[in-house]
Amino acid sequence: MAIDIDLTQFHEIFYEESLEGLGAMESGLLNLDIGTPDVEVINTVFRAAHSIKGGAGTFGLMDIAQFTHIVETTLDEVRGRKRGVTQELVDLLLESVDALRYMIDCSKAGKAVDQDQIAELADSLGQVERKAPAENIKTPAAVSSGWRVIFKPAPHLLQTGNEPYRLFRELKTLGELMVTADATALPDFDQLDPELCYLSWELLIRGDTSREQISEIFAWVEGDCALEITLQGDRRQFVERRQAEREALPEQAEAREAASIRVNIDKVDGLINLVGELVITQSILNRVTGEITGNKVEDLLAVVEILVRNTRDLQDQAMRIRMLPIDFTFNRLPRLVRDLSRSLGKQVDLVITGNSTEVDKTVLEKISDPLIHLIRNAVDHGIEKPDDRLAAGKPEKGLIEISASQEGGNIIIKIEDDGAGLNQDKILATARERGLVGQEELTPAQINNLIFQPGFSTATEISSVSGRGVGMDVVKRNINDLGGNVELSSVAGKGTRFSIKLPLTLAILDGQLVRVGKETLVIPILNIVESIQPNKIQILEITGETRVYRYRDQYLPVIRLYETFGIPTDIMELQKGLLVVVDTGEQRAALFVDEILGQQQVVIKSLESNYRPVPGLSGATILGDGTVAMIIDITSLTQLYRNTNRKEVA
Amino acid sequence: MSSPVQTIKNLELDEDATSQYLTFLLAGEEYGLDILKVQEIRGWEQPTMLPNALNYVLGVINLRGTVVPIIDLRQRFALEKSQFGQTTVVVIVKVSSADKERTVGIVVDAVSEVYNVNDEQIRPTPDLGGAISMEFVKGLATLGEKMIILLDIDKLINTGVLKEIATH
Amino acid sequence: MSEQKKTRILLVDDSVSMREMVGFTLKGAGYAVSQAEDGVEALKFAQGNTVDLVITDINMPNMDGITLIKELRALPAYKFIPILTLTTENSAEKKQMGKIAGATGWIVKPFDPDHLLSTVKRVI
Repeated sequence: MAIDIDLTQFHEIFYEESLEGLGAMESGLLNLDIGTPDVEVINTVFRAAHSIKGGAGTFGLMDIAQFTHIVETTLDEVRGRKRGVTQELVDLLLESVDALRYMIDCSKAGKAVDQDQIAELADSLGQVERKAPAENIKTPAAVSSGWRVIFKPAPHLLQTGNEPYRLFRELKTLGELMVTADATALPDFDQLDPELCYLSWELLIRGDTSREQISEIFAWVEGDCALEITLQGDRRQFVERRQAEREALPEQAEAREAASIRVNIDKVDGLINLVGELVITQSILNRVTGEITGNKVEDLLAVVEILVRNTRDLQDQAMRIRMLPIDFTFNRLPRLVRDLSRSLGKQVDLVITGNSTEVDKTVLEKISDPLIHLIRNAVDHGIEKPDDRLAAGKPEKGLIEISASQEGGNIIIKIEDDGAGLNQDKILATARERGLVGQEELTPAQINNLIFQPGFSTATEISSVSGRGVGMDVVKRNINDLGGNVELSSVAGKGTRFSIKLPLTLAILDGQLVRVGKETLVIPILNIVESIQPNKIQILEITGETRVYRYRDQYLPVIRLYETFGIPTDIMELQKGLLVVVDTGEQRAALFVDEILGQQQVVIKSLESNYRPVPGLSGATILGDGTVAMIIDITSLTQLYRNTNRKEVA
Repeated sequence: MSSPVQTIKNLELDEDATSQYLTFLLAGEEYGLDILKVQEIRGWEQPTMLPNALNYVLGVINLRGTVVPIIDLRQRFALEKSQFGQTTVVVIVKVSSADKERTVGIVVDAVSEVYNVNDEQIRPTPDLGGAISMEFVKGLATLGEKMIILLDIDKLINTGVLKEIATH
Repeated sequence: MSEQKKTRILLVDDSVSMREMVGFTLKGAGYAVSQAEDGVEALKFAQGNTVDLVITDINMPNMDGITLIKELRALPAYKFIPILTLTTENSAEKKQMGKIAGATGWIVKPFDPDHLLSTVKRVI
């Protein structure tokens, strides 16, 4: 083909699509039942490999194309029943997926690939003993009586040059076809537009055919119709609910693919910035019109009100563009659990629910490591060895359940295992040994929380499997950095549950504006307990300037913001200002401010990108009048306060 | 936000090793900045102060939705502080920092001109004993009667300002 | 006795080798093939002639495939005619672009003659 386009601009898309394809291959392989492999699953895996090979060939990435070709051939043999499915083969294929990921990464980075490794793997694939083939490969039609397709074209379908009749003609080649038309949407003749399609159909196909073959026929019209393909007839008794969910997923994914396009993240962020600006402008407009008097004012105010509403809606939508299903993170876990449980000699089932729950892209990226660490822990320390489990009267296979759901403005992620639970005595002993606690009595909850203390786990305890010496304290800190928190509950012998709460989006915050001197600062409402007028009786003076305030039953340190941040102000006596009681989840403090202003949603702007991170602040925001205001990070502020005080005392 | 904003467009470069420099005045001396690094020139607006910042970090401003720090070069190089007001000029520059670009504003006394400077016109500089330390100076350009001190703005901002702030 | 009218296909591609290969395959299967080397030629042809199927590449000089499809769909005679784009495998974006412009579907290249013919059969 003598086409002279520079293909490198398409490489990015090829990489992305290939990595997705590899993900599909991996899920397919993990879901493959060795005893009775599903030919549909094998087909999916084959198709993914085939696409990658083709793409790699087109773009001249011959290493990748050649290796994928070997994988594809192997899968083709399985498809064609010339080769049986064994555990060994599946393992090799999974290794091949890893190898391809590695090759793609190398290609992206312009690095050379370790050819020996790849060659070895290719050899193994060729050599895996070809067991007696696949009489056990089951085809869905062996038991089912067929497929039911509901096809509802969009009215404009005909204008794409597609013809339902031709589609049905294709379907007929797959098996016996029964077609029922639905003409309820057909208008009266004098209102009929002959260029539109008003009909929809229900089609029944009986025969030895797969869902894939059917959806392939509708490939061109995916975006121009509503399509439902369901299996009819008796299902085998032992098809569990989970199996059904998994079958439904590829369809969802297809539908999702049809309705989505790839967008560069910079464009999205640029758009969101502009929307933020729009919100500010609208806010100024609102304020200015409030100050106008005259005849036309009412009309103007009415219009401005509409503008305000539209802008808020636009902002909501814009923020939602950044949200992605948490599945993007969850989908690495099955592989992780499988590999880990195999190398540790444990048997573990992983059940995932709520993986379509959406979170902000940044949250998604940053929650990945903590999740992986918690899952590792669950498999390594939580779930017992099969023998131990049987001895304890538990089923041999351990169960880890991970779920995601949305509650209010937060995402709740739960990781629960039915393993051994936390050993309270051991934890207490270790903590005492490490000098983290003294001899005092602790409640079970407090003992559990000891594992989050820095210094609790040491390198000797952390096996090579459990991670690179990353402790639970890092997990907790990562989650706190995201503005969330993690709780843990456990019953010895029964299991452990971690509950993570995260804000839906990082970029917007509900803020309480306060004034110190001439500066406006923002305190996250999430952290505010109460705002109070200081009462002289409650103020307690300890070492000179340091003051503590008696709030209910506690003594709270008073953080004078004007002092900590170096802001000039006239109001320095506590009674002349206000105290905002804040809670970081671990401790409380009272922030001393001059005045409390309004509350509003603020868009968080980074200080780091052009300047650097500032202790005590989580970022900045732009107020309605266009000026910049600092957003306080309570945890970092309390740390800053402690450091400043220590210096003074010393 | 007071004075109107001027944006300098990217101008075509001559084939033969000529660069363009925007010159500004600081405490009586004329300095030059690679025009490709200059994003725009703004009038003075009161920045929002940053807590516990060094004296020459005046604060941050809102530049079309991004938070940009404003640096006072006079205070950075221990020159006499000047009054900020209607005539103060802030040059917004984009510097390359490790793997990303940063946008920073620098306060100068006034902005002069844009000059075409041919590589041949640039001479290495002896220590002039001027305000800005030699490590941030690329060279000296003689244009007719004038002498312009060409600054390495990347180095000045990265090493001379940001790094200092980080190690403070 | 009149001969049965052959199905006419308009093939648009700036690559001579591509047109030769595809033209040859289609003619061999009994279709009548007209060729154009870019969107402008194709549009001119379409303004005076009708066909049963249009197959077009996307990247062409003078007028690209996407624009051609939009222009064709504006002609009354071509409002419902099947139009297929030639796209490189895995470029979902190009497929989308074609569809948005009004294409019926796509053929993925590189393709073998059998695949070409079976795809053509789907739309005739």
